[in-house]
Amino acid sequence: MAQVHFSAGLRELTGGLARVEIQASNVRRLIAALDDMFPGIGERLSEASSVAIDGEILTDAEFEPVPDDAEVHFLDILQGG
Amino acid sequence: MALTEENPGYKWVGTRPIRPDGLDKVTGKAQFGADLTLPGMLFGKVVRSPHAHARILSIDTTTAASMLGVKAVITGSDFPDLAANGAHASDIDVANNAIARDKVLYEGHVVAAVAATTRELAEAAAKAVEVSYEVLPHVLTVDEAMADNAPLLHENMITKGVEPAPDQPSNVASRIVHERGDLEQGFGEADVVIEREFTTKPVHQGYIEPHAAVADANNDGRANIWCSSQGHFAMRAYTATVLGVSQGTLKVTAAEIGGGFGGKTVIYLEPLAVRLSQRAGRPVKLVMDRDEVFRATGPTSGTRIKVKMGISNGGELTAAEVWMAFEAGAYAGSPVGAAGMTVIAAYDIPHFLVEGYDVVCNKPRVAAYRAPGAPMAAFAVESVLDELARSIDMDPIEVRLANAVVEGTQASYGPKFPRIGFVETLEAIKEHPNYTAELGPNQGRGVAAGFWFNAGMNSSATVHINENGTATVVTGSPDIGGSRQSMALMAAEELGIPYESIKPVVADTETVGFNDVTGGSRVTLATGAAVVDACRLVIEDLRARAAKTWDVEIDQVEWVDGQAQHVDGSQPPLSLSALAGKSGRTGGPISANASLNARGVGAAFSAQLCDVEVDPETGVTRVVRYLTAQDAGRAISPDYVEGQMQGGVVQGIGWGLNEEYIHDENGGMENPSFLDYRMPVASDLPMIECSIVEVPNPAHPYGVRGVGEVGIVPPMAALANAIKDATGVRLTDLPMTPIKVLEALNEQSD
Repeated sequence: MAQVHFSAGLRELTGGLARVEIQASNVRRLIAALDDMFPGIGERLSEASSVAIDGEILTDAEFEPVPDDAEVHFLDILQGG
Repeated sequence: MALTEENPGYKWVGTRPIRPDGLDKVTGKAQFGADLTLPGMLFGKVVRSPHAHARILSIDTTTAASMLGVKAVITGSDFPDLAANGAHASDIDVANNAIARDKVLYEGHVVAAVAATTRELAEAAAKAVEVSYEVLPHVLTVDEAMADNAPLLHENMITKGVEPAPDQPSNVASRIVHERGDLEQGFGEADVVIEREFTTKPVHQGYIEPHAAVADANNDGRANIWCSSQGHFAMRAYTATVLGVSQGTLKVTAAEIGGGFGGKTVIYLEPLAVRLSQRAGRPVKLVMDRDEVFRATGPTSGTRIKVKMGISNGGELTAAEVWMAFEAGAYAGSPVGAAGMTVIAAYDIPHFLVEGYDVVCNKPRVAAYRAPGAPMAAFAVESVLDELARSIDMDPIEVRLANAVVEGTQASYGPKFPRIGFVETLEAIKEHPNYTAELGPNQGRGVAAGFWFNAGMNSSATVHINENGTATVVTGSPDIGGSRQSMALMAAEELGIPYESIKPVVADTETVGFNDVTGGSRVTLATGAAVVDACRLVIEDLRARAAKTWDVEIDQVEWVDGQAQHVDGSQPPLSLSALAGKSGRTGGPISANASLNARGVGAAFSAQLCDVEVDPETGVTRVVRYLTAQDAGRAISPDYVEGQMQGGVVQGIGWGLNEEYIHDENGGMENPSFLDYRMPVASDLPMIECSIVEVPNPAHPYGVRGVGEVGIVPPMAALANAIKDATGVRLTDLPMTPIKVLEALNEQSD
């Protein structure tokens, strides 16, 4: 099961929950599963987030595999100069 | 140079050859945005708002359009109404920033544009456009914009990131928050707690080359654009959105670029030039002057930041509380999100709360500027950290080492850090002779550090082998920091041929695969990885051709030092030029493409050491020594890495000591020129000494991390800490001008 961690901002959509465990083969399925648990969070995660899987920050990561014991964090989209 | 890990003996990577664009630039042959001239070309001029906030009542273009030589006049009504079309909010903002429709939101906001046969005629016609405004009250700072009953820029702006959502609009676009642990417990465990409030002003990226664009529209709906930007694919996408056309109808060619630093990742002139060209039926050139650059293009945010931090007598940080408000300018999108993620990211602090607000106000829309958001945040936290170190009588580098994040530390923004080199950069400045150099009268020493994520994103590259065995490396990443040299060095290393045999080229949007912008310190990492991939495909092809020539299996062929060799030496080697010269016999021309969404981004850290001398009579601060250490991962081109490090520091010194937007009571900018907006020049500064630290990024073929941004993060705090060391006064408001220093000294003596 992947451990999904929510930032304090996202916790407003998870009823204060800081972490859940979810089995999902890739990021898209992970977001869909989260949206089932916390309706509305899927849109927020898809539109405005990067994702970090085991410490690696990824963009456009919809089809990125999520290993069984992965640590997953959703982050704000970053702008570089 | 401080090498922390062994160099694996590269032949080209890490060398300092002549830059590929150097000759054209020093001989004036390089074509920048404003240099292109086309047959029949018209000159454009933009009409800008004189008001900081006003409703457009009417625009009368009759007189301007009737002037002899004027070929086109456009206003917001010449563009699709994206809001009415249900477009995404961010696209609507891009369009409305390019040309206002109903309201102007800052002095300099575009309301119309003209094209005429001469520059002088275009300027006269622009003056003849009659705009009637209803002037509205304005807000210029986060304090004014967040005040109760503040005038609203956008009547429908509901703050995001707040649950439940507010039921009234405001100027606060969004709120971000990061939290861990128990603040009360953390501050309870501290022996010393220090709380300070900081303010910074908007500062401009200050690129030497103003924005410029030439557009040539065809009768079939297609158009060519030549412009100076950090990403011509992004310019194509934004311009297509504003014009309401398919991206495929636009071809964008990247001109040489005279600096960007994040400020050329957005559009200003491109859609105007295309529309004028369409209306006139002739090519149109639009070039900003410096006044327009200052008044109408994105600076970075002014900010207010409150920091409270606690530390034990042993030097362990126990808690941090940060509140930040960032000016976004006219539309949502300040870098407060990144500021919130970076503000304490360099340190392992068990208890913290970081809260940030993105606030619109009547100034130009902010644009990215080197490590967007991180420098202001670091100014605040690194200043407080300096005070904490002083309060417990601990060396400022030691206090940072004691709390520095390392591989495996849970970052304040979420994930665990992979292999990073923060400790190594701190040790580099600690071991440098500057750290123990004797200080003179009125001199002081300051230390500060900084963190930046760096980026990966999408890149493409094509490698062509020419008939004589030379190579052309084609990418779509505009070269703003030496990327052509880096691409050529990595290609030379891969192919095993001389650097001089490789021609790196930045191609237009129809000639090479998609590339994201040159930003986020990403090009050497991401586009470099695409170049390496393409070179390796070429080498695979070359091995196959050698195998075919020798009638052996491909696994009997190795590629060594630019030639195919049989594993048992039974065949005379085949050089690249030999294989290329006969490529027609072995399958045709030799080339390969690679495209990727880069993975394995390596985070960057910088530690800096600054000595200043403060004149107690004038308040003038002079930088007498400056050392910057930065983890480059691997310095593909050390010359350019040092250039990036020095450039970041110099911009940070300007931000810290001189630069600021000054507005009058009507919201007009009072200092829109380099005479009054004082950026540092060479004679202001000592040599900026560089210590390149190399802790290779294990996820990149050459260990690259990216070097373009993090260097600008520490300087303002390093300066403030050095001024404190020299004078005993703590300055918390940027820029630290002579008058502010004198006032602080006078207060101290009272």
